[in-house]
Amino acid sequence: MSDLERVVITGVGLTSPNGATLEAFRRNLLGGVSGITEMETRFMGRVLAGVCRFDELKYQGRKERRRGTRAGSISIYCAREALNHAGIDPAGVDRSRVGTFIGITEHGTVETENEIDVIRQYDYDTKFWSHHHNPRTVANNPAGEVTVNLGLHGPHYTIGAACAAGNAGLIQGVQMLRLGEVDLAIAGGVSEAIHSFGIFASFASEDALASHEDPTKASRPFDKARNGIVVSEGGGLFVLERLRDAKRRGAPIVAEVIGYAMNSDAADPVVPDRQRVAECMTLAIGRAGIEPKDVSIVNTHATATVIGDEQEAAAVRQVFGDCRDVYINNTKSFIGHAMGAAGVLELAGNLGSFDDGIVHATINVTELDETCAMRNLVLNEPQDIGRVDIIMNNSFGMLGTNSAVVVKRYGG
Amino acid sequence: MGDQKIKDIILGIIATVAPDADVSSVKGEVRLRDQLDLDSMDFLDIVMELRKRFKIEVPKEEYPQLATLDSCVSYLGPKLEAVASL
Repeated sequence: MSDLERVVITGVGLTSPNGATLEAFRRNLLGGVSGITEMETRFMGRVLAGVCRFDELKYQGRKERRRGTRAGSISIYCAREALNHAGIDPAGVDRSRVGTFIGITEHGTVETENEIDVIRQYDYDTKFWSHHHNPRTVANNPAGEVTVNLGLHGPHYTIGAACAAGNAGLIQGVQMLRLGEVDLAIAGGVSEAIHSFGIFASFASEDALASHEDPTKASRPFDKARNGIVVSEGGGLFVLERLRDAKRRGAPIVAEVIGYAMNSDAADPVVPDRQRVAECMTLAIGRAGIEPKDVSIVNTHATATVIGDEQEAAAVRQVFGDCRDVYINNTKSFIGHAMGAAGVLELAGNLGSFDDGIVHATINVTELDETCAMRNLVLNEPQDIGRVDIIMNNSFGMLGTNSAVVVKRYGG
Repeated sequence: MGDQKIKDIILGIIATVAPDADVSSVKGEVRLRDQLDLDSMDFLDIVMELRKRFKIEVPKEEYPQLATLDSCVSYLGPKLEAVASL
């Protein structure tokens, strides 16, 4: 593949329940620090959630924030942090050639619930429904807010792909660079899900909402006593460039995106299909031009639902079962399920492995569920494996959308 | 209700709608849009705040009455007085 087709990550911007910078996030993943807390939500009282604590006003005025959405604010913060990390001054680039592609699991439920709460206070008189509702709830809102904030004139849109959306955003960025449609892509995913009671209520009605007396132990993928998802907010956006352009400007190269795949179960709306998941991983690995044994870390999607974790573990065993040097971990055990942000955010948390050779753990596994057993599953304590060359992130979502992204240490 | 009180109410609403704006030195006779960073959505916010806080309705054809602080006082003064007397 030529340097015009090879795409690299040159900047990472994120906010996670346990860190609002790449360094803090990585430090807390290695230190076993959970980001899950209790929070108050409408109608349901106290729920467990992953809450992000970043300075919304670092890059936004108060009026801009008041008009916009939490997802927009997360997106702006992540985009600006990613550009700073990449050493790019937006004023110094052709803004018509910058694309913004952001994955979302959902958008608009938070804002709609808020407006209903407003008109409830006025006897449901719709005259009190905000004129900001439509610009807040159009599906492109988070990406659009980024372009307004940064004055970017290239294409922007969001990609709805349930909990595979973060990876879908990243993949879209890679594709648009390869097509020559943009010269710089801000790509990844975000979620404001914790601000919607409906998301918690629906998981609760599905018997898929985690509970635990200690919030930090509630998200426990692969544990025998796991009892569901911890809903989180978050964001992860990458600056992507063609390798040729990154080299030309002497950019710091974080990793190269060497493979990806998305497919569909075409089966159950909520239960993943292990065979399609395995096919998705295999397709991504094949496109990367590698074999399963070449992968250093498989960063799993597992959300701590009983059936979902079993299905993914079976798929991982099918694809990697014979590989002695492939290590498996899970980031949701620290930060819960950041929905549209999940894939890229979790991948970002593992990028530090290229430098330190350490695989962060899957925490909160008191007793491993034998149906989730996988060779080299890194449990509870990080493991120093010496050198990490290739990381694969899995992200799957409702209605059977699957994604896998493969990134490689950049070696010239 | 004196003019200063009415001005304070209006400036309080503007400070809510445009929290980054400095409302301390707003000139009464100059269009608000020309001295503060306000656009049409902000004026809709001002109309909404009047509705929420005082149950005052401003018909679309009377929006020009909100152009300056002085015109706001003239136009909204009697309405606010009426609300206060309820």
